[in-house]
Amino acid sequence: MSASEARRPCRPYQPYRPYRALLSARFRMMLQYRAAALAGVATQFFWGAIYVMIYEAFYSLGVPAPMSFEATITYVWLGQALLALQPWNHDKEIEEMIRRGHVAYELVRPLDLYGLWFVRAVAWRTAGASLRFLPIVFVAGFVLPGLGAERWALLPPDSGGAALLFVVSLIAAVALGAAITTLVHVSLLFTLSGEGITRLMPTVVILFSGMIIPIPFFPDWIQPLFEWLPFRGLADVPFRIYNGHIPVADAFGEIALVAAWTGLLMGLGRVLMARGTRRLVVQGG
Amino acid sequence: MNDLRLYLRMVGIAIRGSMQYRASFLMMSLGQLGVTAIEFFGIWALFDRFGRLPGWQLAEVAVFYGVVNVAFAFADTLSRGFDLFGEDLKQGEFDRLLVRPRSPLLQLSGRRFAIHRVGRFAQGLAVLAFGLHALDITLGPAQIGLLLLTLAGGTALFLGLVILQATLAFFSTESLEVMNTMTYGGVQTAQYPLAIYRESFRRFFTFVVPLAGVAYFPVLALMGRSDPLGSTLWMQALAPLSGFAFLALACGAFALGTRRYTSAGS
Repeated sequence: MSASEARRPCRPYQPYRPYRALLSARFRMMLQYRAAALAGVATQFFWGAIYVMIYEAFYSLGVPAPMSFEATITYVWLGQALLALQPWNHDKEIEEMIRRGHVAYELVRPLDLYGLWFVRAVAWRTAGASLRFLPIVFVAGFVLPGLGAERWALLPPDSGGAALLFVVSLIAAVALGAAITTLVHVSLLFTLSGEGITRLMPTVVILFSGMIIPIPFFPDWIQPLFEWLPFRGLADVPFRIYNGHIPVADAFGEIALVAAWTGLLMGLGRVLMARGTRRLVVQGG
Repeated sequence: MNDLRLYLRMVGIAIRGSMQYRASFLMMSLGQLGVTAIEFFGIWALFDRFGRLPGWQLAEVAVFYGVVNVAFAFADTLSRGFDLFGEDLKQGEFDRLLVRPRSPLLQLSGRRFAIHRVGRFAQGLAVLAFGLHALDITLGPAQIGLLLLTLAGGTALFLGLVILQATLAFFSTESLEVMNTMTYGGVQTAQYPLAIYRESFRRFFTFVVPLAGVAYFPVLALMGRSDPLGSTLWMQALAPLSGFAFLALACGAFALGTRRYTSAGS
């Protein structure tokens, strides 16, 4: 703190300041794990290459597909680059906190607990993903075409509008992911153990977000189920806006739907948290 | 007490231990079942869209998928102790294993016997049964023998990979996530016929990590179909032995690591 700051008699009221501080602190903490991130990049790159070869084999048949080969490959690379954004797991620290009773400290802070945990989830996911995103995009988008493997490359966004809307939809995806993660954390207030819902999350998130295969590849009869669940906003919607499979005109509606889901899940999380903290029994003496 | 009896006793204790948390065991197994089942659902959906892979049908891929997942589930069950070996080293826990008059490998394997991996096992077995049934493969003694040899070889290979990963912990305390490309990535790779991959990948998974030896080649012999890559039947049937060779090498590497180990504990 500089001298001039110290002399200032009082600060203007900044309600978001603690959240911003928390965000940056958690972010810096996650960035300490650089070696793990590098290993993650190698892992994801290997994974992407396997998927690319599998799609290459399927597409070589010349059967009409719901997405062009190039668009599918771009989708695959985006999925690998942003894998860490997916809310398939939960924060072990929060689980410990609830089990051991340290959650009491969280409750006495003069902050809104839901906001605190939400920001924490945002920081956790974005820190993990941001370390991996650029290297994978660089290799898949620039190194591969440089090596003569243009067919394997991550293509640039379909259009300027698609690029802009991709960024917006990605922000929506982060918010949706944080809302889902926080909802899972809130559920731990009731179950304590972390078994149950957290064990089923990977299956649900990986399948319904489009991380297994792009959602348009699933059979037509099951599409409505995917349409009506919130999870495709995590990956499928932003990726298909990027590669142009969702035209710019339709993208607005899709993003609005993701935002609506996010609001709904945040509301649900808040209600459950209010109920959970009221009946919470703090463990330990 | 001989080694095998000791090992079975450790496994028995681990199983009884996890059965104390019955609901937890059930949820973990179901979670595993779900995560692996959606993987096959994805494969099925792609076949539903495209009809087939060039030269391969869904039932054949199901057999590859089943064999590699059953083998991996076995190895995963036996090797949980190695997954957490880096932590053991940091905490000085490894010293306690070294002062006991039994092989540290045996103790590590038995220590955290992970029975809930039954989820992946059940799912892999079901897909394997579907594939064999759909292809109308008669299971005579020769086929059953080959299948068991293949599963044993595959288990040995994946065990070897996990032991290698643990061995790396002697030399580096950093995250060793990169070995996941060989284990989970290997499973992912071997779920599809090797012939669809580029040559450099095929070479790597044949000669460096002999995944093809415990999945692709013997499964071809099992299905009695010719190899587009041109291997002979003898080669295919003997290929699973490469998994055991890999395990032996990995154990050798672990022994080397143990020799240069100096305790971090006090």
